[in-house]
Amino acid sequence: MDLVRRALDSDIYWSFKRSPVVVTAAIVTILVFAGAIFAPWIAPQNPFDLRQLNLMDASLPPVWSAEGTSQYPLGTDTQGRDVLSTILFGSRISLLVGFLSVIFAMFLGVSLGLIAGYMGGTVDAVIMRIADVQLSFPAILIALLIDGVARVVIPRELHHEIAIYVLILAIGFSGWVQYARTVRGSCLVEKSKEYVQAARVIGRHPIAIMAQHVLPNVMGPVLVIATIHLALAIITEATLSFLGVGVPPTEPSLGTLIRIGNNYLFSGEWWITVFPGLALVIMVLAVNLLGDWLRDALNPKLR
Amino acid sequence: MIAFVIRRLLQAVLVMLAVGFVAFSLFAYVGDPVAIMLGQDFTQEARDRLIRELGLDQPFVVQYFRFVLAAAQGEFGISYRLARPVTDLLVERLPATLELSLCAAAIALFVGVPLGVYTGLKRDTWGSRFLLTVSLVGVSLPTFLIGILLILVFSVMLGWLPSFGRGTVVQLGWWSTGFLTGSGLRALILPSITLALFQLTLIMRLVRSEMLEVLRTDYIKFARARGLRNRAVNFGHALKNTLVPVITITGLQLGGIIAFAIVTETVFQWPGMGFLFIQSVQAADIPVMSAYLVMIAFFFVVINLVVDLLYYAVDPRLRIDKGAAGGHGH
Repeated sequence: MDLVRRALDSDIYWSFKRSPVVVTAAIVTILVFAGAIFAPWIAPQNPFDLRQLNLMDASLPPVWSAEGTSQYPLGTDTQGRDVLSTILFGSRISLLVGFLSVIFAMFLGVSLGLIAGYMGGTVDAVIMRIADVQLSFPAILIALLIDGVARVVIPRELHHEIAIYVLILAIGFSGWVQYARTVRGSCLVEKSKEYVQAARVIGRHPIAIMAQHVLPNVMGPVLVIATIHLALAIITEATLSFLGVGVPPTEPSLGTLIRIGNNYLFSGEWWITVFPGLALVIMVLAVNLLGDWLRDALNPKLR
Repeated sequence: MIAFVIRRLLQAVLVMLAVGFVAFSLFAYVGDPVAIMLGQDFTQEARDRLIRELGLDQPFVVQYFRFVLAAAQGEFGISYRLARPVTDLLVERLPATLELSLCAAAIALFVGVPLGVYTGLKRDTWGSRFLLTVSLVGVSLPTFLIGILLILVFSVMLGWLPSFGRGTVVQLGWWSTGFLTGSGLRALILPSITLALFQLTLIMRLVRSEMLEVLRTDYIKFARARGLRNRAVNFGHALKNTLVPVITITGLQLGGIIAFAIVTETVFQWPGMGFLFIQSVQAADIPVMSAYLVMIAFFFVVINLVVDLLYYAVDPRLRIDKGAAGGHGH
């Protein structure tokens, strides 16, 4: 509750209202999220229901070019699927993977950061060394590796079904370090404060102290990291799907759509790639702008 | 200084051993190399003999030790997919990736630093606002999408530049270079811009924020008060002092470039190590995957080590701090 009240605090709300760019970004984000969530109800067509597809309508260009029809505002792909509908359904998968992997990374990072900061000593040293080593490798490489190993370990038939969860774990696992480092830093500061000592004196369990007393006081910066991480997670998912190691083509995300469309770039059907790409960029840019603003607004040094 | 170097070296060796451990675990526990080598029909006797010959009956520690020894000599076994020694495959593709990465790093540095200086010095002009907005868009554009858009515009629509491959390459011993032919150079343009763009925006933003920080310090104010010309203050005093973090980040980004080359190489079907790695991931080719992992880790560790040492050499404060801290004790 305290967090909600602080977020609606006049100071931050004022800086939000003042910047038209941020307001636009917020509106776009809400629209994109709504479009993704309500895709089954608002999309003109269910692109994965074969009965609704018509091969006669394949490879139609967008509505504003000569051969386009208003039935398919952004054109159709080579199997007669409405590009707008595939984008709406694709954003659903992209956002789902993005959100779940951010939550997983946040859970892992915050827990490890709390443990490292609160326990100190050897536990702290081991966790932070692992974090250091992982931080020196790009997240995409780690996600690729986890995904590649899962591909070998899990049988092929099963892999298609659980590919999306593997992807969530891989992306989440590649992003926990930022959370852990931040939380550990704040935790070290909080640990020496009186309320923690008081809780310790009355004999509360260390886990209870960490979860109920320290955690609420270190969550502020975590939310900022999570916003920026969401944009990164969406990009990572799209990249992995583009490389052909992400979600299976039966449940295409925006990255998969771009990968599929990329094959038709040279035969002139540019809309199959460009529109999903545009949707991805708009989504990521809006989230990035919000994250940037949130970071500045919550940072007392810049006020 | 020597203690610092030794500590960092030990750390580097430790990281390499840990990465080697992961790579070896892949080898040992993922998939069944014996079954793959024997093919369809085999007797239990043949299987046992092969296991003995390969040393797979030895304890884990012994096998790991032998793996590390072999890896240190550049021996990573045979690719399941291509049936050729992994080391040969990687060495063949190394020049393509390195030439691409170096070009991208050069573009990022020689365009990013001047733009950063400009946006830092003239922070309220339309030019810098425009550049900063563009850079935010640049950060939000995934690498593969930049590649696709460049291909769409410059290959499909305008037909100016090739969209895949390295063009004609010239063999210089074992090194194949695309720098010496016209088609090789033309093929290099789009991929290296694609790969450079993200690092470019990063460097630009970094130089800008460092410049803003330095321009606020007292010694810059003092230099201005002394009546030095703007040029001397901006470039002689300010820029010089922003270079330490820039060196660090650029060095670390070099590793990032090599890793992101995976994406760029896939988009442009560039015959480098990253493309090989992606094909291996798709085909579950464990030997190539683990060799690539070890090699990339080696690059990263060496780059980190060099950057750390450089940092130590460039920034005298790090050394003075140590001395001052020691002085306090007395």
